[in-house]
Amino acid sequence: MDDLDFEGYTCPVPIRRTDTVILGHGSGGTLSRDLLNRLFLPELGKAAPRALDDSAVVTIDGQRYALTTDSHVVSPLFFPGGDIGRLAICGTVNDLAMVGAQPVALTCGFVLEEGLSFDLLQHVVASMKAAAQEAGIFIAAGDTKVVQKGGADQLFINTSGMGKIPEGVNISGANAKEGDVIIVSGTIGDHGIAVLSAREGLGFETTLESDVAPLNHLIQAMIEAGEIHVLRDPTRGGLATSLVEISEQSNVTIELNEQSLPFKPAVKAACEMLGFDPLYVANEGKLVAFVKESDAHKVLDVMKKAKYGEDAAVVGRVIGTGKSQVRLKTAIGGTRLVDMLPGEMLPRIC
Amino acid sequence: MKYLDEYRDPIKVKTLLREIESAVTKNWVIMEICGGQTHAFLHNGLDAMLPPQIELVHGPGCPVCVTPLEQIDRALAIASHPDVIFTSYGDMLRVPGSSKDLFAVRAQGGDVRIVYSPLEAVQIAEANPDKQVVFFAIGFETTAPANAMAVLQAKNKNIKNFSVLVSHVRVPPAMEAILGSKTNRVQGFLAAGHVCAVMGFHEYPPIAEKYRVPIVVTGFEPIDLLNGLLAAVKQLESGQAVAENQYQRAVKFEGNESAQRTIRSVFQSTDRKWRGIGVIPQSGWGLSPEFQEFDAERRFDVENIFTQESSLCIAGEILQGLKKPPQCPAFGKQCTQQSPLGAPMVSAEGACAAYYRYHREAIYG
Repeated sequence: MDDLDFEGYTCPVPIRRTDTVILGHGSGGTLSRDLLNRLFLPELGKAAPRALDDSAVVTIDGQRYALTTDSHVVSPLFFPGGDIGRLAICGTVNDLAMVGAQPVALTCGFVLEEGLSFDLLQHVVASMKAAAQEAGIFIAAGDTKVVQKGGADQLFINTSGMGKIPEGVNISGANAKEGDVIIVSGTIGDHGIAVLSAREGLGFETTLESDVAPLNHLIQAMIEAGEIHVLRDPTRGGLATSLVEISEQSNVTIELNEQSLPFKPAVKAACEMLGFDPLYVANEGKLVAFVKESDAHKVLDVMKKAKYGEDAAVVGRVIGTGKSQVRLKTAIGGTRLVDMLPGEMLPRIC
Repeated sequence: MKYLDEYRDPIKVKTLLREIESAVTKNWVIMEICGGQTHAFLHNGLDAMLPPQIELVHGPGCPVCVTPLEQIDRALAIASHPDVIFTSYGDMLRVPGSSKDLFAVRAQGGDVRIVYSPLEAVQIAEANPDKQVVFFAIGFETTAPANAMAVLQAKNKNIKNFSVLVSHVRVPPAMEAILGSKTNRVQGFLAAGHVCAVMGFHEYPPIAEKYRVPIVVTGFEPIDLLNGLLAAVKQLESGQAVAENQYQRAVKFEGNESAQRTIRSVFQSTDRKWRGIGVIPQSGWGLSPEFQEFDAERRFDVENIFTQESSLCIAGEILQGLKKPPQCPAFGKQCTQQSPLGAPMVSAEGACAAYYRYHREAIYG
């Protein structure tokens, strides 16, 4: 085996630059960020300094309003615990609530594929109505487009929304402070694994349900209980990606405690099997809050008594400023870094 | 969770670390063969908790990392065919070939699908008789039985539109290649537990004896890894060099004989090129003659695609433990997880990816 080139071997692959959009650009992780930074923000984002928060904040005659928009493309349309309709309402309500706004009204745009059954659409609309009632908002306007068969995958829904930000509330990903206590509102990764298990081909079944839910009432109670600096709903890219974003926006070092992270056993088991890290799995009815240290107990108590906050837990804290980093204290007592999701999450080989 | 929590117990971890500390008196270089073990060390922050005398080097046991570039180029050529449904394990999709990866093929209209089991690919072939369904059969001894089973099923069901692009590699020849190299630094091995669950570890005692290295079959949880290290250190300190089994709950000496029979019925031993290392004689499996009809390389006439690998990253030196990822000049600069230069940065099990994700601080401070 003398000709084996162990010494001088220099590897292989040329730098990859995609000149087309790939699915990973929609994963919510660093590829999504690249797309924003490379294309959208330079052209369209100049007037939106808070473009990286869940909602924009616009001030009109001294009153601050939150504005946001979100397009929903989920397969399958109906999954355990929810459907695209509930998702479309809750996603936008939550994005508004994450800057401390009280959501007021939503608009919705439907892209329908030719051949979609009325029955299915009726179910989705009924689900939207129920979610809107639960959140206490109304649908102010809507639009419908139909594309020919193959032009879309059954049904896409865009929702946009606006809400009012009360005086004295100042919540942003850029507001994390040293000492802040980090609280999550419940078990992590339920939505992503529930949707995954409903897809064909993964060969496992769970009784797990998506956590998709409107969180505005929970947030209202939290704001009344204490000083909240940051709120975010860790959707695509999961908790890890949200925390890395916040650490960058606020330029702080975050320490997470692996042992305090709440997971459902089914989520943990599915992730072990597939080789996923549950920190990167999507949530739709969860939030992560950075709370002023002295108010953390009060806020946690209020959360635990509120709907959708029963399993809330303290998972970490902000341990320093001047360096954006997320560290994890592992269950066995080690420390490692936590990064954003690089692209699409892929099941491993073995 | 049973079978996991008891192997992640922080108190047991502390006890084992103390035992290793008291056993070690000299500096030792120990290679964990499998990429899954590398990730378990770094994911748990365990590597930084070890006594400084133990240097871990990260072995070539990452199937995505060692699959040669030309095999990926062949996959890309096949997957771009309009009549083909190309199926693969998930993390193979992100590995760049010479010009693009399977994600890019999919974005350009190719039908590329992630499957969790090769048997799903056979089902896809049954459900789509007007399409050619190809499965990218890569991996070590761990994936070989299921991949062989897919070929057997296709043959038994007389499914004509199914084929496999095979790039199977085996661990023991790679260990011998590393040990036989003039630059070898490895003094002991943690052998890959999952590979041994299939193959047993009867191939290891002769290697341990010939090269005078301890080989400890080791699992993937923190307690497994520490028990494996402790056993290896004890052997090294006492001048022993034998093959032993830390992973007894999963591994028998003779392995899973029914799985081995399945492998032997479909595959035969062959020379294989390892990305970053070169051709290692008799280091892999290919389809045996009676299964040639399932060979995608023949069916799609891609046998003559040969790719010259260009020179940028140092995957070869990393894959056989000569250097650590941060010693590569491209690491974290031109080479990141978003635009990987080399396969070890791509795969979830690659050593560079593990360092990039969990250890960047060590490099940037």
